[in-house]
Amino acid sequence: MSTRRRHAWWHRLWATSTGRFGVIVVAVIALTALVSLFWTPFDPKEADVANRWQTPNWPHLLGTDGTGHDILSLVMAGAQTTVFVAIGSGIVATLVGIALGALGALTARWMRETVAVLVDILIAFPVLIIAMMISSVWGGSLWVVIWSVGIGFGVNIARVTRPELRRVQQSDFVVAGRASGLTPAQNLAQHLLPNVAPVFIVQLSWSMAVAVLAEAGLSYLGFGASIVEPSWGILLADLQRYITLHPLSVVWPGLAITLTVLALNLLGDGLREATDPTLRQSSRARAARAHVPEVIA
Amino acid sequence: MIRYALTRGALLIAGLLVASVVIFLSLRVFPGDVAQLIAGSEATPTQVQAIREALGLERPLFAQYGDWIGGLFRGDLGVSMLTGASVGEELLQKAQVTVPLGLMAMIIAFVIAVPLGILAALLRGRAGGTAMNVGAQAVAAVPVIWAGMMLVVVFAVWLGWLPAQGFPRAGWAEPWQAVRALLLPALTIGIVEGAMLMRFVRSATLQAASQDFVRTAAAKGLTRTAALVRHGIPAVGLSIITVLGLQVAGIVVGSVVIEQLFTLPGIGRMLVTDVGTRDLVKVQSELLVLTGFVLVIGFLVDLVHHVIDPRQREAA
Repeated sequence: MSTRRRHAWWHRLWATSTGRFGVIVVAVIALTALVSLFWTPFDPKEADVANRWQTPNWPHLLGTDGTGHDILSLVMAGAQTTVFVAIGSGIVATLVGIALGALGALTARWMRETVAVLVDILIAFPVLIIAMMISSVWGGSLWVVIWSVGIGFGVNIARVTRPELRRVQQSDFVVAGRASGLTPAQNLAQHLLPNVAPVFIVQLSWSMAVAVLAEAGLSYLGFGASIVEPSWGILLADLQRYITLHPLSVVWPGLAITLTVLALNLLGDGLREATDPTLRQSSRARAARAHVPEVIA
Repeated sequence: MIRYALTRGALLIAGLLVASVVIFLSLRVFPGDVAQLIAGSEATPTQVQAIREALGLERPLFAQYGDWIGGLFRGDLGVSMLTGASVGEELLQKAQVTVPLGLMAMIIAFVIAVPLGILAALLRGRAGGTAMNVGAQAVAAVPVIWAGMMLVVVFAVWLGWLPAQGFPRAGWAEPWQAVRALLLPALTIGIVEGAMLMRFVRSATLQAASQDFVRTAAAKGLTRTAALVRHGIPAVGLSIITVLGLQVAGIVVGSVVIEQLFTLPGIGRMLVTDVGTRDLVKVQSELLVLTGFVLVIGFLVDLVHHVIDPRQREAA
């Protein structure tokens, strides 16, 4: 892909208001996670019992919880977990998606059909069920979230990219590449993947949104982050116990999750708009079907 | 049609088998010593051994799997490793909470999504339509737990209209109390799922609006809206039901979290507890029942889709 084309792509994304919102919010969350590694207004682990259950004020902008932790600091630190889980499950989903997509599109006929059936079966497994299976074996941790969303969405990605890969594989430049002596792996890396990348990145953006929801939900259920880790799901579970007394405190972590998920969804939508319109046509129906996101949190 | 149903049915059975193997293996091959876990850390090796034999954990995996699957075919889901209670009976009992919850959530989602989705499509390009679209997108991004908490704050804490938690001990013997207990949880799932469904209804309606027969009807003197409502929407109506079917998985999953939040004695909560205590026989049967449920719904949805939309035949 030439620099000029990449440029146009970015411009089209930035030109839509949804795309711009997605980019900005995602950047802010990522930046918050980064900053919180070095600095938060208060130490998120520091209990200050004298100042418990403060309503929002200065210096506790979002108030404090039942043991005097500063909620803004907790929410900031929670972004670390969210970014970690989103990137981690994105990587797993990419690997699973590429592997299954390539096996399902580029190999011998019997293999293609076996993989297609397998993908159809796996796609029906809700992420939460996969998470429960993993967690009943290894106990709860963030890895449960990463693996379950990664596998669950990797299958989705495989399903969306498989027909694209088939289509591209039959196009002239790939046939030419094969004729000029490229190995299948070289052909995959040089011609096929760059051409399915747009569909892929859109799916990835959506899978990260699911990952953020999944982290919150699974941590809440006790399958995700442990109670000592900073996490929006843990924070919600923690504050929920006092919801009748301090309803306002619950607002913030939930708002953070919603904004992040919304931004990732809009980023995905914006990317879909911004990428090649012909590709968009052919993949729209499948993408629409694959994108019936599960409520997990 | 029959050929499609048979192929798709074979896929369903293959799916159930694969699911059962994956579930069984992932719960049996990897974990540590289940017998030790049940016996507790104080137990002597003899005690652990006795438990192991009682549970049949000594036998080859293949035989254990055969026992389980054989039992399933006879309608026997096994017994709890910890309490010895019948898993099937408990599932049936818990289903009395989860199934009505799911149905209520689905109805609420449908009632929210269809009129609002159509309205949003009719208002496309105007401020109202944009606002509705943005709103639906935002609500669909709300985590169900948080939505539940916010509804609790408003309807239970501030207004005091509905209970914040629990289910009547007498269950459906007190139908009014039971419905009241399920209303907030069902509303929570229904609103979030409804927002997702609404976006689909909107785009389906817009798609219908661009169909030739709708344009023809409009050309023959109907207003655009009337043409859409009379000809376009019936044409996309069934596909909306199909998508609602696809959302069943989401509703099942949502109910797991929401039962925990509202402390409802349903299947989701049972599953979470059993995963926590590692009651493997229960967990594996429960997981298979849930997965089977989702797979069967997917099967039915595909069949309906196939019947109503012949173009699907190409894709299949």
